[in-house]
Amino acid sequence: MRAALIAVMLALAAQDALAHKPSDSYLAISVEGTAVSGQWDIALRDLDFAIGLDDNGDGEITWGEVRAHQADIVAYSLARLKLRAGGADCPVHATDFLADDHSDGAYSVMRFEGACKVDAGAIEIAYSLFADLDPQHKGLLRLEHGGGTRTGIFSPERATQSFELEKISALTQFFDYAREGVWHIWIGFDHILFLLSLLLPAVLAFGGGRWSAVERFAPAFWDVFKIVTSFTVAHSITLSLAALGVIALPSRLVESAIATSVVLAALNNVFPLVHGRRWMVAFFFGLVHGFGFASVLRDLGLPQNALLIALVGFNLGVEVGQLAIVSAFLPVAYLLRATWFYRRLVFFGGSLAIAVVAGIWLVERAFNMKIITP
Amino acid sequence: MSTTRTYTIGTVTRALRVLALATLALAAHAAPYVPKDDSVVLEHLPVRPSDPVARELRTLRAELAANPLGRDTAVRLAERYFALANAEGDPRYVGYAQAALKPWWDMAAPPLDALVMRAILKQYSHDFNGAMQDLKAATREDAGNARAWSWRAAIDMVQADYEQARKDCLALQDVASDLYAAGCLAYLDGTTGKAAAAYRSLSEAFARSGDDSPEMKVWVLTRLAEMSLRMGNAKQAERHFRAAYLEPINDQFLLGAYSDFLLDQGRPGEVIPLLVDWLKSDILLLRLAIAEKALKAPKANEHIEALRSRFEAAALRGDKLHQQEEARFNLTLVGNKEKALALAQENWKLQREPRDARILLEAALAMKNPDAAKDALEWLDRTGHEDPGLRATAQKLRALKP
Repeated sequence: MRAALIAVMLALAAQDALAHKPSDSYLAISVEGTAVSGQWDIALRDLDFAIGLDDNGDGEITWGEVRAHQADIVAYSLARLKLRAGGADCPVHATDFLADDHSDGAYSVMRFEGACKVDAGAIEIAYSLFADLDPQHKGLLRLEHGGGTRTGIFSPERATQSFELEKISALTQFFDYAREGVWHIWIGFDHILFLLSLLLPAVLAFGGGRWSAVERFAPAFWDVFKIVTSFTVAHSITLSLAALGVIALPSRLVESAIATSVVLAALNNVFPLVHGRRWMVAFFFGLVHGFGFASVLRDLGLPQNALLIALVGFNLGVEVGQLAIVSAFLPVAYLLRATWFYRRLVFFGGSLAIAVVAGIWLVERAFNMKIITP
Repeated sequence: MSTTRTYTIGTVTRALRVLALATLALAAHAAPYVPKDDSVVLEHLPVRPSDPVARELRTLRAELAANPLGRDTAVRLAERYFALANAEGDPRYVGYAQAALKPWWDMAAPPLDALVMRAILKQYSHDFNGAMQDLKAATREDAGNARAWSWRAAIDMVQADYEQARKDCLALQDVASDLYAAGCLAYLDGTTGKAAAAYRSLSEAFARSGDDSPEMKVWVLTRLAEMSLRMGNAKQAERHFRAAYLEPINDQFLLGAYSDFLLDQGRPGEVIPLLVDWLKSDILLLRLAIAEKALKAPKANEHIEALRSRFEAAALRGDKLHQQEEARFNLTLVGNKEKALALAQENWKLQREPRDARILLEAALAMKNPDAAKDALEWLDRTGHEDPGLRATAQKLRALKP
């Protein structure tokens, strides 16, 4: 009978009763195309209740005891998590096994990977961990897909849930890569300096062993137009070939060649060898710069299902960035072309400075050393 | 430069990917790690496998596994787990108890013992409606079921339905011994403006009963301490708290109430030794952190962060069971008055005990928004609840009104 009063006493303090954090597991799943990867944090206390971890019965769970049961834990938990896409299972396997401390105690951490047979646009997750032992247990899901994150809560009442994997719109993807392209030109000093080296003489004409200002805007404009166009066409060719994996060059060689191109283009202003046909220089070295762009694009990660969109987007981004630089440069250079400031300081001084900087890059890249590394 | 830059972009991209994977690990804490060797102790189990309680549970579980429909075993196991949940404050055990009752969990009309046990587990998760439905069915079937009447009283009290609670206590009078009914009525009267009378009748009933089990003593002494406070007698309250504390059992409810008393008395230094061993209990950690903050103790920030991450975890889970505590956390520890008030208001919809009124009044006062605490002010008027602290807060709130 005392139980009755104790019952009252407990009930009358009911709101205090939830003193601890309840049993949760943390399940993070990332889906890209057909590839699935994830991390699953499960409380050691729960695992101990389910399969027994405290082998020596001393009330403490050591890392050694956890490791001894690693295979059991992996088998037990993965048997209670089913991923499906397009009506077919997405088998996963454990890759890493670690530990972690959450606010309520220690957890085992299992990382896993796997693949679905199809990229079905939806993933179905069936979660039944501890459902038979503790119906209050919940699985807290964090699902990452295409840069977006969704959360879900699994409980025995909601054990199977399906998540639409929104296709990222092609347009969004296109603009994402275009933005990367612009950004790369903006922070890519070697490309900017190469372009500037070729553009600096555009408002000048070489004749009789010396440079003089051009008479009209039109020739300068067309000169710039030809240079930019040929640079663009050239690097688009190699960027595409490299991005599609048709040609692969070692990055050290490419980066060294890019530095060389800047040195040569700048020196050509001080000691003119090639004039008149600088667009051909732009084309030739543009091929080299294209390989440089490709390595950036590779690092960004190329979506296999939207290769073309990424490629075109990135390339157009590079062109937009380039055009912005050119359209800022040309009017100013044209206005200043006859001044001593432009011809001596900007043109000669600038070209020399560019040649020196690029020369140092060349040494750095060719010999893999650091001199002026920012 | 460009090589470096290219590498940098590559590295950044890779780093971002690693970071993305790392943040996949939800909770705000350090990254997973490989412990430095096998002897590292990761977790302490609350009950050793060799403990008699653990052994009994194992035996019962084995029996139930052999015969999952054995109702006697199932109810007994659920009973044991429920007791453990209360002792340890760990809701896992409620889940284990629920699992034991699985065959009867979704049944429309389970046998009486399973029905009452199911109701008790439901109210633990604050499913008050579901629990009440089961309890009403139980008392219909067996009007002499003291346990079901007790729980009906408890739920009616939490929901501030004092008329119904009185009927429940009176029903208990007919079917249980004097002390139970007296305890039930005293709890009710002590809350609703008759603390002095309740104090007297509970003391007398307790003396008459001759029951001196530690559980009973702790319960009665804690209630007497609360009633003393409502009568404005802090000295007497402290004597009862102290005596209850010296009983040889752990009781979280006592520790929480005793700590609150000490905090209200401006004696945070005495709270720390009471609670240092209760870090896993959210409600006690909250009180410990409040004491530490008042003392500017070095551990305060660590404990505040731990509480924050536990509340975040509860939010992820979709739990609304911690709102009263979370409101107090926001008001007292992190100074987020707005959130505190919103939580206290939400909490009031589900629970209307003195503590719930207190946090609502205090949060509303902090926000200078008497309207927000309208329901709690009305509750004070209606019940005549006597706690001087609550009354003072209400006074200040009312003074704000134009």
